[in-house]
Amino acid sequence: MTAPAPILSLRAIRKSYGSVEVLHGVDLDIFPGEVVALLGENGAGKSTVSNVISGTVQPSSGDMTWLGASYAPASPRAAMDAGVGMIHQELKLLPQLSIAENVFVGRYLMKGGRIDRKAMEDRAQAGLKRLGLDIPPSRLVEGLSTANQQLIEIAKALTLNARLLILDEPTAALGGDETQLLFRQIERLKADGVGIIYISHRLEEIRQIADRIIVMRDGAKVQEFDRGDVPVRAIVESMVGRSLDRMFPAVPSPSDEVTLDVRGLTSPTNTFRDISFSVRKGEVFGIAGLMGAGRTELVRAITGADPIARGTVMLDGQDITPRSPIEAIRNGMVLVPEDRKLQGVVLDHSIAENIAYANLPELTRGGWITARRLNAFADGFIQKFGVKGQGHQNAGELSGGNQQKVVLAKWLARNPRVVVLDEPTRGIDVGARSSIYELIMDLARSGVSVIVVSSDLEEVLGVSNRIMVMAQGKQAGILDRKDANDVSIMELATL
Amino acid sequence: MQTQSRSGASKGTSPLFGSMKGATGPLIGLILLCAFLTVATDTFFSVRNFLNILDQITVLGIMAVGMTFVILIGGIDLAVGSVMALTMMVLGYLNVELGVAMGIAIPASLAAAALNGLVAGILITRFNVPAFIATLAMMSITRGLANMITNGQQIIGFPAWFNMSAIIRYGGFLTLTVALMLVVFVLGLLYQRYRYGGRALYAIGGNPEVARLAGINVTLMTVMVYVVCSVLAGVSGIVLGARLDSVQPSSGVGYELDAIAAVVIGGTSLSGGTGGIGGTVIGVLIIGVLRNGLNLLSVSPFMQQVVIGAVIVLAVTAETFRKRK
Repeated sequence: MTAPAPILSLRAIRKSYGSVEVLHGVDLDIFPGEVVALLGENGAGKSTVSNVISGTVQPSSGDMTWLGASYAPASPRAAMDAGVGMIHQELKLLPQLSIAENVFVGRYLMKGGRIDRKAMEDRAQAGLKRLGLDIPPSRLVEGLSTANQQLIEIAKALTLNARLLILDEPTAALGGDETQLLFRQIERLKADGVGIIYISHRLEEIRQIADRIIVMRDGAKVQEFDRGDVPVRAIVESMVGRSLDRMFPAVPSPSDEVTLDVRGLTSPTNTFRDISFSVRKGEVFGIAGLMGAGRTELVRAITGADPIARGTVMLDGQDITPRSPIEAIRNGMVLVPEDRKLQGVVLDHSIAENIAYANLPELTRGGWITARRLNAFADGFIQKFGVKGQGHQNAGELSGGNQQKVVLAKWLARNPRVVVLDEPTRGIDVGARSSIYELIMDLARSGVSVIVVSSDLEEVLGVSNRIMVMAQGKQAGILDRKDANDVSIMELATL
Repeated sequence: MQTQSRSGASKGTSPLFGSMKGATGPLIGLILLCAFLTVATDTFFSVRNFLNILDQITVLGIMAVGMTFVILIGGIDLAVGSVMALTMMVLGYLNVELGVAMGIAIPASLAAAALNGLVAGILITRFNVPAFIATLAMMSITRGLANMITNGQQIIGFPAWFNMSAIIRYGGFLTLTVALMLVVFVLGLLYQRYRYGGRALYAIGGNPEVARLAGINVTLMTVMVYVVCSVLAGVSGIVLGARLDSVQPSSGVGYELDAIAAVVIGGTSLSGGTGGIGGTVIGVLIIGVLRNGLNLLSVSPFMQQVVIGAVIVLAVTAETFRKRK
């Protein structure tokens, strides 16, 4: 193979904020038609690197070369004009505008002083075609699936003649099918000679899509693999900088006593139908399935957050079907929700307050709450759960893993009978995950029934005694730990 | 991991206990303003003038406490000026026209105010009408009702003690109305800092979904907040009636904006979840001192409006700037 010239080269890129250097001289080459996976824990410097390339952040020193010429984008716009397309993790589309308008937003094509809608739609159509998407560009973005929205972001970059795409966690919100769809489009782009930087926490998919892997740690490149199908363990060890004995702690065996019994549960909108299962005391019950299978809706209904149309939830043989979170909480059933930032913590309130919010009645004496009592209460849980922060700090200052610990702490203070965790480690770096798993096992050992919903197959397999697989709102089957593997789960999930 | 070590040094503002912490900026502003007026006029710095200022802010002060609670949960109440007028008219009608004793007329008029808040609260929580629209509608409805009672006429002829409660200074300095305002301030502060409900308000304002999932009865709390805000608007109406010794249905036009201004100057965020009564007290004082000072400096009432507008902008931009740092 002849070595073509790289699209983009980074040489000794450094970035400091004040006296703190966050990038320590990074070298990087991206060649046409390859997917380079950029991996690392949160804070390893991946985002800073992509921000430097996409013009959001200016490096303190070092050189960049773009197609042989010196490159120093002063703004995201400059980088875009040069041919860098950055696809952010959070989609930045305007739902009330058409696809074509979204593609050209801020740089509308003009003709005779008026916006040339026809030209925009034609060019947007061309971009969509390149990705094999058959959606009319005049359609509103609202209502499109997440995967399609992701593809429209890519189409937008392509329409702007991007030669290099940076995809930041593109599959974070995608199910298995949608991920495969995205991967097929990425293959097309590779064939077109587009270079791609692929950032993801999902190591399994890296094996599938990446041609090269670059691992970063603490602002420096620590290892480079010249192929994509590197064993996950090797990557993880390189990311965390130590060898891992095991990713998952031992799963304790549950007792025979049934705590939670769900019978024929159905949602008013049919997002889940006729779900029946039971969870024993001290059992970790996993729920797997693709995006849109109704898992989140199911567990939200069980904990009173969403309405239930039919069916019952029984706790210790008593019908306690909850109509509100308050009722569920009173019965000792608590939810650690999917979206930490929107549903779990109030980001600009302190850690102590966040922990207190679920425990206000317990902290009240004769109607009064004092600062001292609240802080002492919170400090106890901060220590117990090893939250790396102090009570007065805002929750928004914490890393994802520590925020999750705060959410757990606020519930576990109430000694719940059933704890439901929806995507407990999403967006949390590998090192912090194991401490969340440890917490789950501690709960199970103390006799709590734990339900874990996860899109991460390895995670469900690693922590559960039994796994229920959901497909399109129905329960496809319940697997025992010894029978469950990624194949048996995916077979059921794609029923 | 870096985020954790970095955050150790910074001190998070504590909206629950530090109701004054967020208000240090406004407090400095208030002190500077007083210092300037002390130098610029001979009459500003005197006990007599300070007592005057306290008298002048009673109506705004009581109303702003209720508004603070509403804004803390991320809401807004545009109806307070109208609710105030309705309360005054109900009181006047019952007491003067029907001869009902004040001991009954006052609670009855406050009940009318509470009903207004209840309707607004139900519209917002049960029918999902945005607070801005629901209270805008209530503002119009309530103003109309206030006018209907006497067909737009004022009512005079309250018992003598009513007016005296705003004039006689007990112990040489406290009128009953000022005392009432101070009691409302203290109760508001205590509630916000040390009561279950007060703390739940911050959770709701910070993120209603987090609050709901945490088992806080968001619907009930929201309705109650609008009821309390309306009742306090009613109380401020009664105070205004006492000060004027008369009630008229055109009272309180535009007061809702003064109350919102006081809350915002005091550092409570319109998006909810941060700020508090402490800041609002300072916001009310800034507006009171400013009006008083501008009068002493013989600034025209029209110019005063310009100055107060400028102060609102100054207060909010200073706060935004401080946050960005």
